[in-house]
Amino acid sequence: MGNLKYVGKSVVRQDGLEKITGAAQYVDDLDFGQHLLYAAIVESPHANAEILKINIKKAQGLEGVVRVVTGDEFPYRFGLYMHDRYIFAQQRVRFVGEQVAAVIARTPEIAYQAAKLVEVKYKVLKPVLSVHDALGVHQDFEVEKNNMIHPDLSEYKHVPWFFPKDKTNIAHFRKIRKGNMEEAFKSADHVFEDEYSVPRYAHCAIENHVAVGLLDHSKRLTLWTASQSPHTQRHLFAEALSPLGLTHKDIRVITPYVGGGFGGKAGVSMEILAAALATTVPGSPVKVLWNRSQEFVNTYQRQGVNAKIKVGVKNNGEIVALEQLLYWDAGAYVEYGANVVNAAGLSATGPYRIPNVKIDSVCVYTNLPPGGPYRGFGYSEFLFGLESHFNEIAKKLNIDPVEFREINAIKEGDELSYGAKMNPNGLMEAIEKVKKEIEWGKKDKSSDPNIKIGKGFSLFWKAPAMPPNASSTCFLKFNEDASINLLISGMEIGQGYFTVMGQIAAEVLQIPPEKIRCVTPDTDRNPYEWQTVASHITWSCGNAVKRAAEDARDQILEVVHRALNKKIEDLYLEDEAVKSKTERDFNLPLKDFVINGIGLKDGTFRGGPIVGRGMYMPEFSSALSNPETGQGGKPNVHYTVGAAACIIKIDKETGKVQVPKMVLAVDAGKALNPDLVKGQITGGLLQGLATVLYEDMRFDKNGKLLNSNFTDYKIPTTLDVPDEIVPIIIENPQSDGPFGARGIGEHTMIPVAPMIGNAIEDALGIRMRHMPLTAEKICMTQLTRRD
Amino acid sequence: MNQEIKVMVNGEKRKIEVKPTDILLDVLRNKLGLKSPKCGCGRGDCGTCTVLINGKSVKSCLVLGIEVDGQEVTTLEGLMDNGLLRVQEKMLEGNSFQCGFCAPGFIVMSHELLEENPGPTKEEIKEAMAGNLCRCTGYTPILEAIEKTCGCKE
Repeated sequence: MGNLKYVGKSVVRQDGLEKITGAAQYVDDLDFGQHLLYAAIVESPHANAEILKINIKKAQGLEGVVRVVTGDEFPYRFGLYMHDRYIFAQQRVRFVGEQVAAVIARTPEIAYQAAKLVEVKYKVLKPVLSVHDALGVHQDFEVEKNNMIHPDLSEYKHVPWFFPKDKTNIAHFRKIRKGNMEEAFKSADHVFEDEYSVPRYAHCAIENHVAVGLLDHSKRLTLWTASQSPHTQRHLFAEALSPLGLTHKDIRVITPYVGGGFGGKAGVSMEILAAALATTVPGSPVKVLWNRSQEFVNTYQRQGVNAKIKVGVKNNGEIVALEQLLYWDAGAYVEYGANVVNAAGLSATGPYRIPNVKIDSVCVYTNLPPGGPYRGFGYSEFLFGLESHFNEIAKKLNIDPVEFREINAIKEGDELSYGAKMNPNGLMEAIEKVKKEIEWGKKDKSSDPNIKIGKGFSLFWKAPAMPPNASSTCFLKFNEDASINLLISGMEIGQGYFTVMGQIAAEVLQIPPEKIRCVTPDTDRNPYEWQTVASHITWSCGNAVKRAAEDARDQILEVVHRALNKKIEDLYLEDEAVKSKTERDFNLPLKDFVINGIGLKDGTFRGGPIVGRGMYMPEFSSALSNPETGQGGKPNVHYTVGAAACIIKIDKETGKVQVPKMVLAVDAGKALNPDLVKGQITGGLLQGLATVLYEDMRFDKNGKLLNSNFTDYKIPTTLDVPDEIVPIIIENPQSDGPFGARGIGEHTMIPVAPMIGNAIEDALGIRMRHMPLTAEKICMTQLTRRD
Repeated sequence: MNQEIKVMVNGEKRKIEVKPTDILLDVLRNKLGLKSPKCGCGRGDCGTCTVLINGKSVKSCLVLGIEVDGQEVTTLEGLMDNGLLRVQEKMLEGNSFQCGFCAPGFIVMSHELLEENPGPTKEEIKEAMAGNLCRCTGYTPILEAIEKTCGCKE
């Protein structure tokens, strides 16, 4: 790739100044004028109930109330991968907090007051609050129709790679079958089985969801949303509201900066309410703003999982067979969450070479809030069990746990569980570097007998989970001074996307990144992007930006050739100018012609405004495979891999865990901006620590979330930061990535839970199988241990 | 019901009509157009609405508008009269924030800390910032920028 001038450099964030001055605008910072109306939502107090009657009279009569809306006006379903979610509940509610009706009023206060006056009569049904209850007692998981959370499941439209089971609460059953399990277990020297569980978690972006909708008098519907997915939102709004005569052309989604996403603002959740409500009050914008409690309950939650793992190994540590049965508590609606289940099912071997594999990844409806995407997309959940279990196996075989991983680590060209081949990767290099940095094998001992020190290790991997035709686009337009606006539709959700897209264009066009500004999406103006999810945007949109820049470069050279009769092959770009390999003195600044063209002696001009165009879609990807075996497709474009380790100190009396050191090595392919990669590592590690040490969703026996605020659901503060974090970047280029890059955003959170679990085991000799591993639980486990 | 209050907002005398129930955060955002303080929780947990009253930090979601009658209120917008603060410069150089939603609260809070204690220790910085939540960064780059601003001691 030669010498890179801008790519690979830790340039300052493009959005840095806006964000440190408070100039950056988020949806709730925008002004919508005097006509703005406010909506309050009437929510179900029951996890499972029939709606018998809704009386809106009292609410309607309150002064300042403009409109009361119930599900009668919007009997429509929507969803990303499966159409199972309702704009408003229809005849039935399926989780505590589900939207039943809405009040639109002149002020938020009046709206909330009126919402309390809406009378809803329910027939309360017994809620199904666990996977166990939802699956019933029969081997084929069939349940009575009145125990089905979605009795109409078989009628729901869904993507072709989902396999719902009729007459059950199973929305999707992903199967992987590879090799011969029976023979493999027979040939194994040992078979180890265990069970692990991971509860639900909340994203806790600091910005709550907010959406403002406006249907103007010309019947244009505009939405301003805090979203990771402007184009996908437009598409889902158009699908859901097509009975009202709205089409893609009529719908416009504008997405300014987002105050944190982590998957929670992907797809469409509460935004559908703003879209629907706006159509009932033409001419006035309507704001739907979630409070923190609604943020916890009615967007998406990370799904819980129960894992049964069975592993056959040889005495030398070689894994011959893996069975992973994953039962996911996917909640009341799974239009997005079922694809988490699917992704986990495809990759539940972890980054290991295993010849015989059986995986069942089962998406189970429950009467808990809807599950959905959360940074890690299922991988954090199944890896907790797998990486914990591998340590237990290594211990029983008397093999060092890292050596056990080295024996089985996947390599380039190895066959994946669905038959495709593993991409180039630096997994062994990551293991080696992390081992060295953490001084693996060296036992630390505290001088305080009450403090125990332990070390933990974990590998990780993740592939983008996306439809095979998910694509990215870029328009690159020059300005008079040869500065550039990049029109793209990925979201700058904090990861540094704008900055690296700027660096890519800068490199191709040899223009400093400071002269490039990305434009936050507006679906009327910025070209198509699927969504900012799956850690795929650096790779996918990066390719689109690179192609757009190359397109612009080709146009620039062509016009110089045409106007000045230079050979294209002699020309190149450097220092914001066109230069020639054969004429030293030739130096034509871009600003002289990228808008107004090159003037000729006769007074005419050649060229005109330069506008580059680039697109990327992975044409090699396919989600089609045998439903009984999972074999045959290429559902994942590539995996990003790495290794991580930690040192922890545990207070034996209180169970409190402190983290003196964490190390994480990730193969970024090419780190386009190393400082931003490090930012993902420090952020992801703490978010991972949050899930393993602190956070825990608690529901009461009726399915109501008890800790829907930051007082009771404690996310880490500055006092919980590890003393030392060592980020390690490894670069084995991704051949189809921009300058070799692949995504790393979600990955940094994935190994944290198992490596902490493994460190606790190392320190205290106790294996904890059920997350979270809070101080209280560690302490109780200590007290109740048998030895 | 409305009451007029007189407040020095970012160095300028302002007369504002408020209801007794109006929250200071809403008054600042909706009546004065000062959008740097933001609402993340509405109950004093997250610190993204932090502003200064007479130089002392408060969570503006926990203060009523009428309480600031006759007081001085300063938001991030009012701290930049002489250009960027040093701590802002360090945060810019260090790519300290990601989504940026919590940034105004952190900057106001670190400004108060450094005004009161120009040479805090690392532990003192962590303690002072513990009431401001950030979900993106893992805090490390924010803390490092504050440490660099004051040439911090261990």
